Amino acid sequence: MTAAVRAKGASRTKVDWFLLFMRVALLSLIAIGLLAFFAQQLDPNNAFARWRHGGDAAHTLTGDQYKGLVVTGLSQGAMYGLIALGYSMVYGVLGFINFAHGEVFMVGGFTGFIMANKLDEAGYWEGGAFIPAVLFTILVCTLVSMATAVIMERVAYRPLRGSPRLIPLITSIGVSFFIQNAVILLFGPGAKGYPSNPDWLQQKRSLLGLVEIEGIKIVVIVVAALSMYALWYFVERTRTGKAMRAVSEDKEIASLMGINVNRTIVTTFAVGGAMAGIAGILWGLLFRSVIATTGFLPGIKAFTAAVVGGIGNLGGAMAGGVALGGAESLAPLMLLEPLGVEGASQLRDAVAFTLLILVLLIKPTGLFGERLSSEDRA
Amino acid sequence: MTTTAELVTKGAFDLDWRKVARLGGLTALGLVFIALAGMPVGLDSRILIEKYLSLGYVSLLWLSLIMGWLMGKETLLEGMTATRKSSRDAVGGACVGALGGLGLAILGLLINTFDLRDPLVNWSPQTLDILTFGGGVGVVVVWIPICAALGAVGGALHLAPPKVAKATIAAILTVLMTAIFATFIVDVVSPLDFLYSKNRELKLGWALVLAAVAVGFVFSGGGQQLARVKADYHNTTGPAKTRQTAALIVVSAAVLIIIPQVAGKITQELMANIGIFLLLALGLNIVVGMAGILDLGYVAFFAVGGYTTAVLTSPNRGEDWPGWFPTLPWWGALMVTVVVASLVGLFIGAPVIRMRGDYLAIVTLGFGEIIRILFLSDWLNGYFNGAQGITNVPPADFGVFEVKGTDPRSVFYLVLVFAALSIYVSWRLEHSRLGRAWMAVREDESVAEAMGINTVNVKLAAFVVGAILASFSGAIFAAKVGSIFPTSFLILVSIIILVIVIVGGMGSILGVIAGSVVLVGILGGPKQPGLLQEFSQYKLLIYGALLVWMMLQRPEGLVPNVRRTRELHQDEFLQDAWLKGQVDTGEEEPAVEGGEVR
Repeated sequence: MTAAVRAKGASRTKVDWFLLFMRVALLSLIAIGLLAFFAQQLDPNNAFARWRHGGDAAHTLTGDQYKGLVVTGLSQGAMYGLIALGYSMVYGVLGFINFAHGEVFMVGGFTGFIMANKLDEAGYWEGGAFIPAVLFTILVCTLVSMATAVIMERVAYRPLRGSPRLIPLITSIGVSFFIQNAVILLFGPGAKGYPSNPDWLQQKRSLLGLVEIEGIKIVVIVVAALSMYALWYFVERTRTGKAMRAVSEDKEIASLMGINVNRTIVTTFAVGGAMAGIAGILWGLLFRSVIATTGFLPGIKAFTAAVVGGIGNLGGAMAGGVALGGAESLAPLMLLEPLGVEGASQLRDAVAFTLLILVLLIKPTGLFGERLSSEDRA
Repeated sequence: MTTTAELVTKGAFDLDWRKVARLGGLTALGLVFIALAGMPVGLDSRILIEKYLSLGYVSLLWLSLIMGWLMGKETLLEGMTATRKSSRDAVGGACVGALGGLGLAILGLLINTFDLRDPLVNWSPQTLDILTFGGGVGVVVVWIPICAALGAVGGALHLAPPKVAKATIAAILTVLMTAIFATFIVDVVSPLDFLYSKNRELKLGWALVLAAVAVGFVFSGGGQQLARVKADYHNTTGPAKTRQTAALIVVSAAVLIIIPQVAGKITQELMANIGIFLLLALGLNIVVGMAGILDLGYVAFFAVGGYTTAVLTSPNRGEDWPGWFPTLPWWGALMVTVVVASLVGLFIGAPVIRMRGDYLAIVTLGFGEIIRILFLSDWLNGYFNGAQGITNVPPADFGVFEVKGTDPRSVFYLVLVFAALSIYVSWRLEHSRLGRAWMAVREDESVAEAMGINTVNVKLAAFVVGAILASFSGAIFAAKVGSIFPTSFLILVSIIILVIVIVGGMGSILGVIAGSVVLVGILGGPKQPGLLQEFSQYKLLIYGALLVWMMLQRPEGLVPNVRRTRELHQDEFLQDAWLKGQVDTGEEEPAVEGGEVR
């Protein structure tokens, strides 16, 4: 396997020069954007801003707006992180990208929609019954997503174990397509609305007098942090977790040590699916609407988050998610807008993909280093 | 493969009950899914055989037949015992079918009792109506004997003499195909109108005649004759083979030129669409099939081709282009398009070329999205008109004839020229030094590098050639549609092209042609309707299912490339060879793990 970075001592080819140019160009774009942002915060009517905005002064960001963006980015990033865990674990153990993992997340969101509406009709989605109802919904979503991931592994991926790396990847694209369209056919193509959350969740409340946050965003961040902690405990402190780490290090040796590799792989899918399910219901509670294509972009972005943090590295996946969420919500206004790009917030998705390209160009092993088995690292 | 297995005779009810339960459960699940996905209701309006059979019912019937057949199927392994085919197979098939029918019957009763219409859109009285044939609720039970009978027929195909089995399949397929492709058949050969009633429903009498013809064909040995001709062609070598191939090409070219002349608009439009996707698939075949680079953002090159052509030819191209920017005729724009596409190919290719294969897939997908988002954005609105797109792309004017969307025949001829060119290029490249280098890189990059192949340049070349072929397609697409919108270039397009290449056979030119004719022709492209227009709701589901099924069962595709097949089935080839004693296992054991695609 050739590395994305030139081997030490090898002479630079034209492609290397081009990559160097791209790295420098992207980094200087970021630097100039940041400088322009600081300049505009100090003096909205500086020469650069006037030049980039056709003679007008730039709009400065107020402190509140800025904090709002950070919080939005953080809550979104927490969900990316939760989904990214599934990608990261599966990649760590089986060495392929489970493209359909985003659909597992979507299935979680859809289950949440069905449960929430049924509970709402029965009058449980408000007042004192709300918290038990939400907890019950989260449980059901987790179980359904888990089941989806496990069935997926059994039907589509297990028969392909040991085939060339791209074969399961292509299969997972097909699985993703299938699930997406099956959901469209079964539940209809439109967006599905969640019932409205109780007021105390929607209200903005101040946190230590620093930031004003909607209650729901606090819930998202807290639940994500708790799930992450639970997962960390599971992987690092339990026997099954140890087995998972062993299998991701070396399947053959692990089986020689008496570990049931098949069962461990199923567990990996189940745990990843559970995390995606939690992310799905959180997404539903936050945006209060799901659609069959909900899973696609967040899925790819979550994979980006996993790569940014270093694939196979669970803490990295979470950190990568938060970094991606933050970049996505901040970069359009902090980098692109000061550079005079109109409608910069339309470019959010492009920012996420550019971040992926940037990380792979500069540090292909991710910010926190990848943890892969010896054969995948090769 | 020859078997030395002895055959065991088992009683009719001595079944593998676990298998029965598994397949029966699958059948039931599949049928319930099909019913709840709305196929019976959505397709019921399409009557296949006048008064008797609608496509909606076919969607419920086929599964039991196939599952019944699968029940009796046994993989024959060298040296393993196998079961003698007997009525046991029919009984097994019937059991599987009955379980499936039971699933449908329970579904019908549930629909009648509970109301789950809220999440499930097809939990409706219409579905129940179809399941009960318009009668009372109790009628749903009829599905159990119906499915059981179909399953039994499926199982019985194993014990019927091969000719009878073949004849049955041929008869069913002939009737179904003639009915399903009614519009197309009448469009091409209008005198065949008499087969159908007013609404293009096959008349029952003619259906029986067609079935009889199919049976007669099989029994008169027509199939064997065809097979013999094919085998003859495969076995000839040298100048004779070249002559035959040349004749074949001339004949198919003549047919392709004549069909649009006699056929109607529908066929012409269909052929033009097939051609556009064939061009894309040929390009992706070079990238994925030959060089083994999984490019999921291939639509980017299609978009670049379309937009470049539109910008260079249309008067509505956006206001921010400088005054000196030229407006060219289509063929002039095409030359620029090719240059731009190859530059974009280099630009996208260079950063991704050294990544791991799977990272590359996601990053190219990212590039595909970035390019679409940029075309859509307000930022570049002055150049590409954002969501409004570029309209008024003039027809391609060649002096002698004009290619425009309202005249699909002209589009088809233009596509035909480019497709012929692309096929020729692909074919020559496959056997060139570069093509061999691609295959070496596909099979093992490190080894290829050690053999002195400059892997970076070789892979970049694949990207550029693929990009150019896609840009041809984009340019023709712009002239055909007359306008270019960002929504024509969703990731969906990339995936559909990938399905075409994989179903056809990665790395096989004939396979790619077959794939695009079958898939785009029957199911249709992402937005273009195929022959089964009623299927437009379900086609993406089918594309997804097809992709999974192909990867699991036949990763080499319908028309496989010999070398690729060997790579994919290396284990089995080695095993076969070992069984036949051709591999000396004592010494150097062959590397089974090799042949990784990256």
